[in-house]
Amino acid sequence: MAHINVPEGVPGIRSLVMFRPETGKYLYDLAEVLLRGESPLSQAERELIAAYVSKRNDCFFCMSSHAAAARCLYNDDEKIVDDVLNDMETAGISSKMKALLNIAGKVQILGKEVSSEDIELAKDEGATDKELHDTVLIAAAFCMFNRYVDGLASSTPTDPEAYKEMGKRMVQGYNLPVQQ
Amino acid sequence: MPHISLESHLPGITGLLEYSKETAQPIRELTQFLLRGPSSLTETERELIATVVSHGNECVFCTTAHTAAADLLAGETQTAQKVKENISTAPVSEKMKALLTIAALTRQSGKSVTAEHIEEAKVAGATDVEIHDTVLIASLFCLYNRYVDGLGTALPENPAYYLTLADRLVNHGYTRLPNGYDHLKK
Repeated sequence: MAHINVPEGVPGIRSLVMFRPETGKYLYDLAEVLLRGESPLSQAERELIAAYVSKRNDCFFCMSSHAAAARCLYNDDEKIVDDVLNDMETAGISSKMKALLNIAGKVQILGKEVSSEDIELAKDEGATDKELHDTVLIAAAFCMFNRYVDGLASSTPTDPEAYKEMGKRMVQGYNLPVQQ
Repeated sequence: MPHISLESHLPGITGLLEYSKETAQPIRELTQFLLRGPSSLTETERELIATVVSHGNECVFCTTAHTAAADLLAGETQTAQKVKENISTAPVSEKMKALLTIAALTRQSGKSVTAEHIEEAKVAGATDVEIHDTVLIASLFCLYNRYVDGLGTALPENPAYYLTLADRLVNHGYTRLPNGYDHLKK
């Protein structure tokens, strides 16, 4: 049971933003611009960073839902998502993406963990300032979302099928759920 | 030097928010509502939550800025200092101690907040909305602290910068200045 009186039967962050739409609308606006807005990183890559950070934060709801969205976006290459979540180093992604995920992993620990060497490595693989910026901000944002979702103990479905549906919906965009 | 090219006259978070205005907009609006919007928690209390979390995340820029804002709002410098040293002995209400404890736990990990911590806050009089806002402010500063330090932003050269910043945060708030920040160029 959630720590506060959120609507029953609604999972994860949806229950929290329905409890407090005043803050929820900005949280969904942020997810939309970060994950669906303009970026040199593809939507699939951005969802992958979100799932990767959520896994490292041990947030099952965010990890499962963003992994599901990433699988939809990677389409025929959906296996990449699970490979990255199992072992990023051996997954079939570019060296640049590995360097960016390495930075996202450092951000997950703490901002000051990101070293000039981590940044240099990513720049050597072709990462631009904007890609570095977006990677760090997505990782930082999921350090917020993960804590929000688990800190208030919102409900976390265990059935993988529930996340498949969520993933499909998330690909369409992040829209504040309406009060029922 | 920051890890990416930012305006040199804008240390800390401001350079980042100006670098990416599209993402800055919802972050600014969320912060404005949480820290300055209608709430049964005072603005000082909400700045103390931001301060405790930034301090725990070892983010010098955010800790100094929000300490300065809390000091300015409170009209004294003892409370913010004591809260950073030890929540349980700080000169704040039992309810605030319970909420600041929840914020400090949220900073570690969402999963660290247990039903017992929540119960303690409720017994001390905290409402569901106060608990919600505490967890979300703490989570939001886990974003800010990582954003600011993860991109290696610069600290202000002159400590007086924080006083100017605190004045802006108290008297203007967290929304973008209508005419931007060019006036801060030397």
